[in-house]
Amino acid sequence: MTTDAPLSLHVPEPAVRPGGAPDFSNVKIPKAGAVPRPNIDVEPESIRDLAFSIIRVLNRSGEAVGPWAGLLSDEELIEGMRHMMTLRTFDARMLIAQRQGKTSFYMQHLGEEAISCAFRRALSPGDMNFPTYRQAGLLIADGYPMVDMMCQVYSNSRDPLKGRQLPVMYSSKEHGFFTISGNLATQYIQAVGWAMASAIRNDTRIAAAWIGDGSTAESDFHAALVFASTYKAPVVLNIVNNQWAISTFQGIARGGSGTFAARGLGFGIPSLRVDGNDYLAVYAVAKWAVERARRNLGPTLVEYVTYRAGAHSTSDDPSAYRPKTESDAWPLGDPIIRLKNHLIMRGVWSEERHKQAEAEILDTVIAAQKEAESYGTLHAGGKPSARDMFDGVYAEMPPHLRRQRQQAGV
Amino acid sequence: MARMTMIEAIRDAMDVMMARDERVVVFGEDVGYFGGVFRCTAGLQQKYGKTRCFDAPINEAGIVGAAIGMASYGLHPCIEIQFADYMYPAYDQIVSEAARLRYRSNGEFTCPLVVRMPTGGGIFGGQTHSQSPEALFTHVSGLKTVVPSNPHDAKGLLIAAIEDPDPVIFLEPKRLYNGPFDGHHDRPITPWSKHDLGEVPSGYFTLPLGKASIVREGKAVTVLAYGTMVYVAQAAATETGIDAEIIDLRTLLPLDMETIVASVRKTGRCVIVHEATLTSGFGAELAALVQEACFFQLEAPIVRVTGWDTPYPHAQEWDYFPGPARVGRALVDTVEA
Repeated sequence: MTTDAPLSLHVPEPAVRPGGAPDFSNVKIPKAGAVPRPNIDVEPESIRDLAFSIIRVLNRSGEAVGPWAGLLSDEELIEGMRHMMTLRTFDARMLIAQRQGKTSFYMQHLGEEAISCAFRRALSPGDMNFPTYRQAGLLIADGYPMVDMMCQVYSNSRDPLKGRQLPVMYSSKEHGFFTISGNLATQYIQAVGWAMASAIRNDTRIAAAWIGDGSTAESDFHAALVFASTYKAPVVLNIVNNQWAISTFQGIARGGSGTFAARGLGFGIPSLRVDGNDYLAVYAVAKWAVERARRNLGPTLVEYVTYRAGAHSTSDDPSAYRPKTESDAWPLGDPIIRLKNHLIMRGVWSEERHKQAEAEILDTVIAAQKEAESYGTLHAGGKPSARDMFDGVYAEMPPHLRRQRQQAGV
Repeated sequence: MARMTMIEAIRDAMDVMMARDERVVVFGEDVGYFGGVFRCTAGLQQKYGKTRCFDAPINEAGIVGAAIGMASYGLHPCIEIQFADYMYPAYDQIVSEAARLRYRSNGEFTCPLVVRMPTGGGIFGGQTHSQSPEALFTHVSGLKTVVPSNPHDAKGLLIAAIEDPDPVIFLEPKRLYNGPFDGHHDRPITPWSKHDLGEVPSGYFTLPLGKASIVREGKAVTVLAYGTMVYVAQAAATETGIDAEIIDLRTLLPLDMETIVASVRKTGRCVIVHEATLTSGFGAELAALVQEACFFQLEAPIVRVTGWDTPYPHAQEWDYFPGPARVGRALVDTVEA
């Protein structure tokens, strides 16, 4: 006979489900400018609170305030906004193209554009990102040709990856963009290994690892933190917390940990949280973390607090698992609108110029799309040859594959 | 030339390559200061420093994942998984990542990586220190799988594996580390110092991946074997007096079909021996390939002698292990069939 009360299992639930009123009262948002900016050689122990706060630069009236402000010129900010607008327009066009049957699948960045676009600016040539499928801003902001991206999405005759990969799983060594796996979290530890290699060779290049909130639950995430911490690898460990892993809210991966950034504390890794919808804050924190890595001070964990305003991919409908109006209620706003308001306040931008820029960008994207489509789309026009399927499995084709290629008659 | 155990030959291969090529790095569990639980990396840290040879956390996915990152950077990691049985946490990294980087990036990123792991039983290691998972690797496009059976081959093949531009799984039959083992567990073992194949060329030398070796010529039946089973098959042939031709495959993928087909066309009979479990084992692939290529020359059904489809047991090790008696019976049956 036991006198113990029966146990019960705790299964976390999001604050609201479809039909309810959006509620982000659990997202504690400090004032812009409130979080201090430590020296890059700070003792991780002394900045533990940065893993529970949110570094913000742009305040509600559009001013850049506090110790993380003032790093970018007007020209750089305008360029940054163009990158974000380009990415958003690119996404919109590719989403429509997917709906039109021109490709099988697409994943957009809506609401998360600031993170990859601003982060790219903090890196140097030769550095390497190990991205997920929602960091195409790293390519856009580095000037990778949009036509090539579209050819990849269409798996057409000019697809740089010869039709071997799902849409949006880009690869560009030249632009510091590691081939995207599509399996989750596997690349987090690879980024750490790549950074270790740079240190082993006494080079100066650093790596950036990328993961989403949901995938931090994967064992490979923890492997990466162990290795990064043990060998003080020159790597920036990025977590994009966009609140949703397909239909699963972030609480299922986060569990009892207060924040995702707090995961780094037990590893002795400086861990920061930043407003992911604030281009200036993302850049400032990225630069801080990149400098730490570059100066051989080791890894930094950065959690970008943001919101996935769109669906996970073209294969899900968010209204089935969260309130339809939730994205409007997101308290950190929209990254493009916030940067636009800041630039207008600085007197270097206006609503007219913004509209004009939108129109120009749309023209550019449409022109790129026309060109890409002239090389084919998934089911029409030019496409990679069946022969391409057999190439590149090994550096040199082994006899059994040669036989199979002959059997296939290609 | 020098007399070496398989452990020394493997260490020598890494030593030669670390001296020749600064991009070669070696790491794994207990691999650095201590030199590995089987001593395969002993002295390498002392000689090359702790950024070329170092201890890793107990995290196989981390070891392989980090090595993939290093390989894509341009290093040539030669890493150790302490036992092949511990490989499973790293399987996703091996299958979805290492094996596919070249393909999915259209050659922009490649993975010149060697994953060494001790394989096979015969040491009373129970189910977690005895497995032979080679078929889990040969099934994966983009990997090469090598199983040496002696010190001479181990060195030449390991150097070739380290130089290979693609990921290579290098399975080391642990029961052969200190001497050839023919399955007669109740007899004293012969050390490599008394065996011709313990004679290993010094310095740099390679054996091509994808070339089998005929270790015994014969006319009555072809035996396809690799690793420990090469010696078991030799004992079985000697003890039954059957004129068997024994082929040590050495590399499972790419596979030396030319040597296999020429032999089976000559003998008209084929016995396949491996220590791994039967169902969907590499023997199934061999049987299919042999019948495709040699159907009209075959005079008897192809027979497989393998470990049973059970987990590798502890007390029943020698009931499980396909020893010379079982292989001998298969030879007799096949020749008489």
